[in-house]
Amino acid sequence: MRMHLRRRGLVAVGLAGVMALTACGGSDDSGTGASGDGEAGGTLVFGASADPVTLDPAYVSDGESLRVIRQVFEGLVTTEEGGTEVVPALAEEWENSEDGLEWTFSLRDGVTFHDGEPFDAEAVCANFDRWYGFTGLQQSSSVSYYYQTVFGGYENNESEDLSDPLYESCTAQDETTAVIRLTSPSASFLTGLTLPSFSIASPKALEEGNADQVSGNADEPRFEGTFGQEPVGTGPFEFESWEVGNRLVLSRFEDYWGEPAKLERLVFRPIAEGPARAQALQAGEIQAYDGVDPADVERLRGEGFEILERPAFNVGYIGFNVDVAPLDNLQIRQAIAHAINREALLQANYPEGSEVATQFMPPELFGHADDVPTYDYDPDRARQLIAESGVSNPTLDFWYPTDVTRPYMPDPAANFQAMQADLEAVGFTVNPNSAPWRPDYLAAAQAGSAPVHLLGWNGDFADPDNFVGTFFRTKQPAWGTLPDEIYTQLEEARTEADLDRRAELYQAANRAIMEFLPGVPYVHNKSFLVTAEGVSGLVPSPVSNEVFQNVTVSG
Amino acid sequence: MLRFAVRRLLLLVPILLGLSVLVFLFVRALPGGPETALLGERATPERLAEVRETYGLNRPLPQQYLTYMGNVLQGDLGVSPTTRQPVRDEIARRFPATIELATTAVVFAVGVGIPLGFVAARRPGSWVDNASTVGSLLGISIPVFALGYLLKYVFAVKLGWLPSSGRESPTSFADHPTGFYVLDGLLTGNPSASWDALKHLVLPGIALGTIPLAFITRITRAAVLEVSNEDYVRTAEAKGLERSVVSRRHVLRNAMLPVTTVIGLQTGLLLSGAVLTESVFAFNGMGSFLASAVFDRDYAVLQGGVLFLAVVFVLVNLLVDLAYGVIDPRVRTR
Repeated sequence: MRMHLRRRGLVAVGLAGVMALTACGGSDDSGTGASGDGEAGGTLVFGASADPVTLDPAYVSDGESLRVIRQVFEGLVTTEEGGTEVVPALAEEWENSEDGLEWTFSLRDGVTFHDGEPFDAEAVCANFDRWYGFTGLQQSSSVSYYYQTVFGGYENNESEDLSDPLYESCTAQDETTAVIRLTSPSASFLTGLTLPSFSIASPKALEEGNADQVSGNADEPRFEGTFGQEPVGTGPFEFESWEVGNRLVLSRFEDYWGEPAKLERLVFRPIAEGPARAQALQAGEIQAYDGVDPADVERLRGEGFEILERPAFNVGYIGFNVDVAPLDNLQIRQAIAHAINREALLQANYPEGSEVATQFMPPELFGHADDVPTYDYDPDRARQLIAESGVSNPTLDFWYPTDVTRPYMPDPAANFQAMQADLEAVGFTVNPNSAPWRPDYLAAAQAGSAPVHLLGWNGDFADPDNFVGTFFRTKQPAWGTLPDEIYTQLEEARTEADLDRRAELYQAANRAIMEFLPGVPYVHNKSFLVTAEGVSGLVPSPVSNEVFQNVTVSG
Repeated sequence: MLRFAVRRLLLLVPILLGLSVLVFLFVRALPGGPETALLGERATPERLAEVRETYGLNRPLPQQYLTYMGNVLQGDLGVSPTTRQPVRDEIARRFPATIELATTAVVFAVGVGIPLGFVAARRPGSWVDNASTVGSLLGISIPVFALGYLLKYVFAVKLGWLPSSGRESPTSFADHPTGFYVLDGLLTGNPSASWDALKHLVLPGIALGTIPLAFITRITRAAVLEVSNEDYVRTAEAKGLERSVVSRRHVLRNAMLPVTTVIGLQTGLLLSGAVLTESVFAFNGMGSFLASAVFDRDYAVLQGGVLFLAVVFVLVNLLVDLAYGVIDPRVRTR
């Protein structure tokens, strides 16, 4: 008896196997059909590379979290569509006082949060005071990185490493006027506020969602509250649902103060692998994704997909420790700059559209100078400079990272090989050193023990201080000692309130930097988004500030 | 039988203790550390030290281990520093996906492999036999990710019959009370959601099931061949029993013992997550979870995840041993 049962079981298993096989041969499929339905006002599925970490804007600095946060939340100011200029968002206009310490924001009237609460000056101040009042683990730079970048410290700094806070107070003068007082004049304050980290959240939802409850035990930060899973802002899309690993759904916020979003729903689908995202796009399961592999660009374009180029907002450079011989010699540094064939390097190792860098910040940004000293590819000039330098048999300890790709450096080893060949061709001896990116390579570069190293920077927000200021405003072991003039120029530029004057100061600083040549910037690399046919209205932004408000799907 | 099962369960204790030590040490031998993974390229030495302090990474190893095991015994696997979610919840969320995928792969491998191996053995030298030999070799030697992308290219991109990624359509908006999507569709009275989830299982299931399929086919063939030459089979045939009855009653049942071992082992492996398949198909199971934990040096996830999977693996093997008893009564009396 038992045997019979067993046998039948086996047959059933066999049948199931056959069914599994035929299923791939004969099903008509509705699941893979494009979900856009051909009408504007439908659903767009965006292929993300990962799930957000949390949707509390104050706690994140990763791109996938920020992408969703940008749809749900708004700050006082933002960047213009497709550019870097600061434009109004929840604040209609703003004014800086004579002494540069007081910023008065006139707020938009008639704005409501997704939970129906009114947006007003009280709400603005509640958010600023929340960030300023962060305690314990909230003060860890892994939790509130961007706050620290812009504001330095907190009301009660719990670590000596934190600097004094830039923020002093926020006053709700009337319903639509918020006055923010700083402890010292800062011009990068306003551009810093374009970061989604400074989004205004519904104070009621923050409280009900226990947003500030980051605890559990002291060893591990644990976001106990639910706000990060159910965010409430004022943006064109409101949060609907989130299943980790499967999809995150936003829907149009009907009571949006401006033009409501065209899309009814916006779905984020996490697909970690680039090739898998490409296939999901081709199969019609997603209608757009970010981080297109440069190698796929031409192929996808050929198949009728639209490639959107995001303007370069990064810089790749060869960094020098100018305190170490022979790099303390200006002519040696100039010889290196003249020896490297940057055009050929970009041709070979970078996608179409990447640009040769002439200075340490991208051309989209104000303060970029057209008249910096440039160092064209000229091997003869390089040899001559070496001869004039008086350094015999110049030797370079050249470091490059392994097992990493960065937006400004898709293949560090390939870059190194090209540069090594160029340098040896003019008479340098190159000692190659490589190390894993984390932690060895970065540690060596930051400590100044990698005299020549490949590195770069992705801009966080549209302010020159986030580029040249990060590198050269203060003395750093990575670069060694720069002329005092550069430090003071950059400090002055950081606090200057007048935008035109700031731009001039940064241009002057860029000229001085490229004169002194603490490194050789060589590339601004582009990144790519792709959209399926029928998707329109997505405008790529240099700072990745892409809001899907005007995006439509059809076909 | 019961005593056998209990003894095997007790054996789990030393196995898991030893394993927990190994996992604990292995995770700490990874290059870099969670503190750099957390802080990234902007980290200063002071910040790194601070994070080591808050995460307790600067305490002596034995102390870290004891703290950890104490928590594990209370069911607390810690919190992932990267996702900031309790590891236990993360596992609970991903393991159903892995079970669904592994089940599909096993059903595919067993459902195709046993009949194929059986036919091949009963007709040695026939075209079925030759095809199954070549097919098994191919199945073992094609890298899973290559097969995955190929299957997707043909059936999702070119033909458009099956979805290429995920566990369900991004726009299906189904509810998931249990996390087993196929089951959830039935439970919530939404059979189209079940169908949708099933379709999403086909391609990854086949990609993942190919290697087990190859093993099962070859083992079945070898076992059936061996049994076919036994005296009792010859006797059964000599006394005039129908060939099909001999095949089923005498050959297949006796050949199942080694095949069961292989199925058990393969199931254990499949349940421990399929890193490549899951990545290629954006299938959010244990494999991709652990793989990203390795990349992020997420100690908590690695420790908790590996420990959990080890328990699963050992339990599956226990089940296989118990299954022997069902198939072969001699094992029970021993």
